[in-house]
Amino acid sequence: MPKRTDIQSVLVIGSGPIVIGQAAEFDYSGTQACRVLKAEGLRVILVNSNPATIMTDPEIADATYVEPITPEFVEKIIAKERPDALLPTLGGQTALNTAISLHGNGVLEKYGVELIGANVEAINKGEDRDLFKEVVEAVNAKIGHGESARSVICHSMDDVLKGVDELGGYPVVVRPSFTMGGAGSGFAHNEDELRRIAGQGLTLSPTTEVLLEESILGWKEYELELMRDKNDNVVVVCSIENFDPMGVHTGDSITVAPAMTLTDREYQTLRDVGIAIIREVGVDTGGCNIQFAVDPADGRVIVIEMNPRVSRSSALASKATGFPIAKIAAKLAVGYTLDEIPNDITEKTPASFEPTLDYVVVKAPRFAFEKFPQADSTLTTTMKSVGEAMAIGRNFTEALQKALRSLEKKGSQFTFTGRPGDKYTLLRAAVRPTDGRINTVMQAIRAGATPQEVFDATKIDPWFVDQLFLIKEIADELTAAEKLDPELLAEAKRHGFSDAQIAEIRGLREDVVREVRHALGVRPVYKTVDTCAAEFAAKTPYFYSSYDEETEVAPREKPAVIILGSGPNRIGQGIEFDYSCVHASFALSDAGYETVMVNCNPETVSTDYDTSDRLYFEPLTLEDVLEIVHAESLAGPIAGVVVQLGGQTPLGLSQALKDNGVPVVGTSPEAIHAAEDRGAFGRVLAEAGLPAPKHGTATTFAEAKAIADEIGYPVLVRPSYVLGGRGMEIVYDETRLSAYIEESTEISPSRPVLVDRFLDDAIEIDVDALYDGHELYLGGVMEHIEEAGIHSGDSACALPPITLGGHDIKRLRASTEAIAKGVGVRGLINIQFAMAGDILYVLEANPRASRTVPFTSKATAVPLAKAAARISLGATVAELRAEGLLPATGDGGELPLDAPISVKEAVMPWSRFRDIQGRGVDTVLGPEMRSTGEVMGIDTVFGTAYAKSQAGAYGPLPTKGRAFISVANRDKRSMIFPARELVAHGFELLATSGTAEVLKRNGINATVVRKQSEGEGPNGEKTIVQLIHDGQVDLIVNTPYGTGGRLDGYDIRTAAVARSVPCLTTVQGLAAAVQGIDALHHGGVGVRSLQEHAERLTAARD
Amino acid sequence: MTTSTRGAVKTPAVLVLEDGRIFRGRAYGAVGETFGEAVFSTGMTGYQETLTDPSYHRQVVVMTAPHVGNTGVNDEDPESRRIWVSGYVVRDPARVPSNWRSRRSLDEELERQGVVGISGIDTRALTRHLRERGAMRVGIFSGDAVSGDAELLAKVQDAPQMKGANLSAEVATKETYVVPALGPDGETLPIGTAKLTVAAVDLGIKGMTPQRMAERGIEVHVLPATATADDVYAVNPDGVFFSNGPGDPATADGPVALMRAVLERGTPLFGICFGNQILGRALGFGTYKLKYGHRGINQPVQDRTTGKVEVTAHNHGFAVDAPLDRVSDTPYGRAEVSHVCLNDQVVEGLQLLDRPAFSVQYHPEAAAGPHDAAYLFDRFTSLMNTVPMEGQRA
Repeated sequence: MPKRTDIQSVLVIGSGPIVIGQAAEFDYSGTQACRVLKAEGLRVILVNSNPATIMTDPEIADATYVEPITPEFVEKIIAKERPDALLPTLGGQTALNTAISLHGNGVLEKYGVELIGANVEAINKGEDRDLFKEVVEAVNAKIGHGESARSVICHSMDDVLKGVDELGGYPVVVRPSFTMGGAGSGFAHNEDELRRIAGQGLTLSPTTEVLLEESILGWKEYELELMRDKNDNVVVVCSIENFDPMGVHTGDSITVAPAMTLTDREYQTLRDVGIAIIREVGVDTGGCNIQFAVDPADGRVIVIEMNPRVSRSSALASKATGFPIAKIAAKLAVGYTLDEIPNDITEKTPASFEPTLDYVVVKAPRFAFEKFPQADSTLTTTMKSVGEAMAIGRNFTEALQKALRSLEKKGSQFTFTGRPGDKYTLLRAAVRPTDGRINTVMQAIRAGATPQEVFDATKIDPWFVDQLFLIKEIADELTAAEKLDPELLAEAKRHGFSDAQIAEIRGLREDVVREVRHALGVRPVYKTVDTCAAEFAAKTPYFYSSYDEETEVAPREKPAVIILGSGPNRIGQGIEFDYSCVHASFALSDAGYETVMVNCNPETVSTDYDTSDRLYFEPLTLEDVLEIVHAESLAGPIAGVVVQLGGQTPLGLSQALKDNGVPVVGTSPEAIHAAEDRGAFGRVLAEAGLPAPKHGTATTFAEAKAIADEIGYPVLVRPSYVLGGRGMEIVYDETRLSAYIEESTEISPSRPVLVDRFLDDAIEIDVDALYDGHELYLGGVMEHIEEAGIHSGDSACALPPITLGGHDIKRLRASTEAIAKGVGVRGLINIQFAMAGDILYVLEANPRASRTVPFTSKATAVPLAKAAARISLGATVAELRAEGLLPATGDGGELPLDAPISVKEAVMPWSRFRDIQGRGVDTVLGPEMRSTGEVMGIDTVFGTAYAKSQAGAYGPLPTKGRAFISVANRDKRSMIFPARELVAHGFELLATSGTAEVLKRNGINATVVRKQSEGEGPNGEKTIVQLIHDGQVDLIVNTPYGTGGRLDGYDIRTAAVARSVPCLTTVQGLAAAVQGIDALHHGGVGVRSLQEHAERLTAARD
Repeated sequence: MTTSTRGAVKTPAVLVLEDGRIFRGRAYGAVGETFGEAVFSTGMTGYQETLTDPSYHRQVVVMTAPHVGNTGVNDEDPESRRIWVSGYVVRDPARVPSNWRSRRSLDEELERQGVVGISGIDTRALTRHLRERGAMRVGIFSGDAVSGDAELLAKVQDAPQMKGANLSAEVATKETYVVPALGPDGETLPIGTAKLTVAAVDLGIKGMTPQRMAERGIEVHVLPATATADDVYAVNPDGVFFSNGPGDPATADGPVALMRAVLERGTPLFGICFGNQILGRALGFGTYKLKYGHRGINQPVQDRTTGKVEVTAHNHGFAVDAPLDRVSDTPYGRAEVSHVCLNDQVVEGLQLLDRPAFSVQYHPEAAAGPHDAAYLFDRFTSLMNTVPMEGQRA
């Protein structure tokens, strides 16, 4: 019974911007699904507001709508495209919730759209706590296994307080219904915590519902990934065991596949329960994951939850097993059965089997607490990690140590030198789950803790604890050995020790260890991920390294290009870089090269074994990359290694790779240095006669002070060689400068701190360009909405620039060309300019793919990353123009007047973080980047495009209601006109006394409301914060004041986040929002696919 | 001739294949030497069941899963009274077992039962070798048994082949025993009170098989491999069962003759694994040795009557040669292939269309493995309930 013939077109909903809990994995799954459906001959219509995705590349779907994923916009798309079916299970919770809304409001029925891959009843049974509990009870009645944690459903705080008594007291778990990534859930140990967490949860839940549960903290946690087809065939694709026991969100746990500590009987019980659940819930076709807790004392099994859709775990499971869940889910949705679908990897066996692994996979989470110093870093059932790394090894120790070094974070690898500290202090610290707890445990072991003590403190399974002891014992052997003999070295490598770790232990340099190792012939081999533990021959070269005997890398004829990916997602280096790497792979494959991808991020499209000719799932460290280059050089010719598309991670390896004789193509390591080193870059600018803000570099406070005194406060200070504005700050006075130098740990003579004049009131401009050594192709010019001083990654921007004229573009082009030439770029360069007064300052230049490349590419319908990859390998702009990869004439700087306007808006993770008192973290934007993702709004005029970007990022702008305005003194002038516009659009204005006074004098009426600090009035007049919490405010404008004053608006802004009220923190944002509201008032906001935009643009170019 | 490896973890060991390929690792379990047929098993769980499965008699089992022994050894999971594998090959043995049911570590158990093993070798390379060249003889040598490679190779080449080996009698029970039926609440029913009685011919039976029948209210009389038709009918069976077991089915003339006698009488009949091969032979089909067999718990088998796919446990090196595309005529009426492995189209089940007899090549009793095929025991039960044979019961 093959494909259904009654479906000709399918609407796929993506997951929108990258947020914590919903990240690149949905680009991976969505891209797979779209490709499969297209290959099946269906017309694929896609909606996703996230431009940094491969799935929104125009060639992936037939009609690609980069529009907000809201029921309103998706309805417009349905009305226009009239798809036969809607596939909602591949775009995370966003897609599922949107589909449920469209079902609920009758849109699907109205337009005759069939939901495929899931039915509403099954979604509700899987997602609704109460219904799911009934499912588990029914399963238990049938098969005698599986139960739910004892729990009560609550819809009010009264219910919640009563519920605790019913469960027999604290601690209890609070879980809000229908939120993603476990948002808002947590453990309450007392009434205060309960009121806080449950209050928040009731607010976050779209159905004002939370579940209170008995605590199963410390139990073993497992997850099964299942798939079912319409003939009721069910397979378990993967089992995953959490290293961190219950209490830590799976997304924040170190996880291991396959399960390591279950007997077959226990595993089969989980499998039986899982299969019975997928049947009982009624997931007709597709995948789901089910989480279990197992009591380590007696094996009691509790079913925690299920997701009736493709999830983060299914992406991990797909990469861990080679079984492409999303791809197969899409095929099942259009009518195939598992036995009709071939296993891609063996090509000969069907997908109706269960992968078996002859290796171990470890996933480790990547956190960004350093970006949110106020936030409580305790790991709970609310996911807080921003990315993850996966590693594969032939045993747990190898996979674990590879995963930890893949995190590419200082201190993430185990260290065995120095004094570990006091055992009891360390054990006490290990009780609290945090980022890096595993390192604390290792130090406790070094300090003499026993396995029992470690288990008592952490409840980590004794088998895992023993593996840590094993690693420690090998470190001890390395320490004690007279010399590094081949046996010991091989043993250490088999347990995942890096050359750097061995070097640290032996007091040697890393390259010396490497030389010794090579001299002794201790090198890794590469094994294949083949779904079947070598039972059948694998056709897909998906490799991981291991210190074993036999390598499986086959010889090849064609020259290979090795593309280094960007590693785990983190703030500042996310999916945008994966996008560029994937594009490079596609373009170079088309150009006749064999493409080899290296990356360790399981969420991405780049680590889909279909993307490149060969995939190495490996850490992106010098050691690991050098070994891959070696292995590939034995397999055939190597044309080069591409380092400039994966962000700072590969760029940082560039010089060392070259020093080791690796052919780095594109911009040379020396040129990279010329752009990154202040002195060298200063000379480039001076030669080109370009101004930069006054600046200097300092390694001490005295030096910094001297520079600041000379150029004047405020100054912008930051460490060198960082991405995402890490540690960047605007400093207004000497006291703060002193404290900054004091606090900065990363300052050293080789890593000085940069002190720049801060340009107040400047317009910031981003430029992406290609340079081949002779010709410049200006990819696009983006004008930031927010002024300079807010990190470009957190700032909204417009392309084409909305207030710059032809003369400005000319200057930008000339400056860009001069810098590209001066630095020696071959490929992409991103330059940030600031226009202050009439002077165009150069802020910085990055000779690599930037975060904005996907946005620029989509806004101008030109594949910049593909072109950059080709230029890296010697093609010229002229050749690429002739080939058609670049437009025949013109470039992104000279877009036709009726080109669409694209607005990029950043999405911030505020709602994820609380401080230790449980209060939200402040939402003010600054020079350090903190956004996790972005959306794009595209339309014919700026106002509509901006309104769309807001709808995509935070929810629609209000078109009526009450707007609260409170701005800093310096913003009061610029506030007047937008405020008047709001009134004209029928808004009622609320303001604090100072702002209200200014408005009044300008003839604008505003109701004065009480500040939080004033407290409730004598007649019960509420404060602004209370009003926000009561849902009486629809729009908030709150700009922070100077330094100290920044805290005044804190309560307002955190209340806005808690209640999801749009909150503008800059006047430029207000002005843009007013244009957006104006556009919405004029009505008729339409939708248009990227393909249609591109057609018009191409027509206009000709 | 074996000693402990514990406390001397780094005792070198050598694995020698009959085609001369050699792997060097460390001793695991008992130290000494052992020979057998090298086969690989791809199950990621259930090593305790695998080790105690009599079908592995005279085989050296290579575990493709790298970590073995993590959950230790308990008293509930063995499938028979002892470990049967003749040698054990693992990559990373557990140092510390962790499970609430664990009683002792696996290497202690291997050593206690004198099972020679090897650890720390590239098991994937070995598996690929066996996949490409086929199952073959192997020897594992550790401690004093290690000598020159050529000498070891000669020893391996002198070891007996699996093809032509008649092993059932070596592993089967010598005395008949009874597994009582279980009542609705899992209580043991007094012998003689069950609704149904099955005579199970033990060719190397796994403990879970009579257990699965007992759970369905069946009293199971387990008979030695050498049982005759008289022995079988002496227990007044409602059905006869032929178990799994080791060795080459081409040598199992005794069980084939017994099976024919049962078919003649039309008693409901069910066979598993070796039992399936016996049915194949009884019906006149041939059997053949697979290149490297099916051993694992993830094999997709299609029930050709329903089209549904089961994920199943396998352990077989031989298979029945029966036509997939048509119904065959046999001395006992029409027969067809009821189940097929989707990986390689190997016959996985047979059924007679005119008599109450069927068999499967795989393991519906699982242990280790998924429970997808447990319905076959229900099928056997209903066969016995719906086909009351004359003169079967007093």
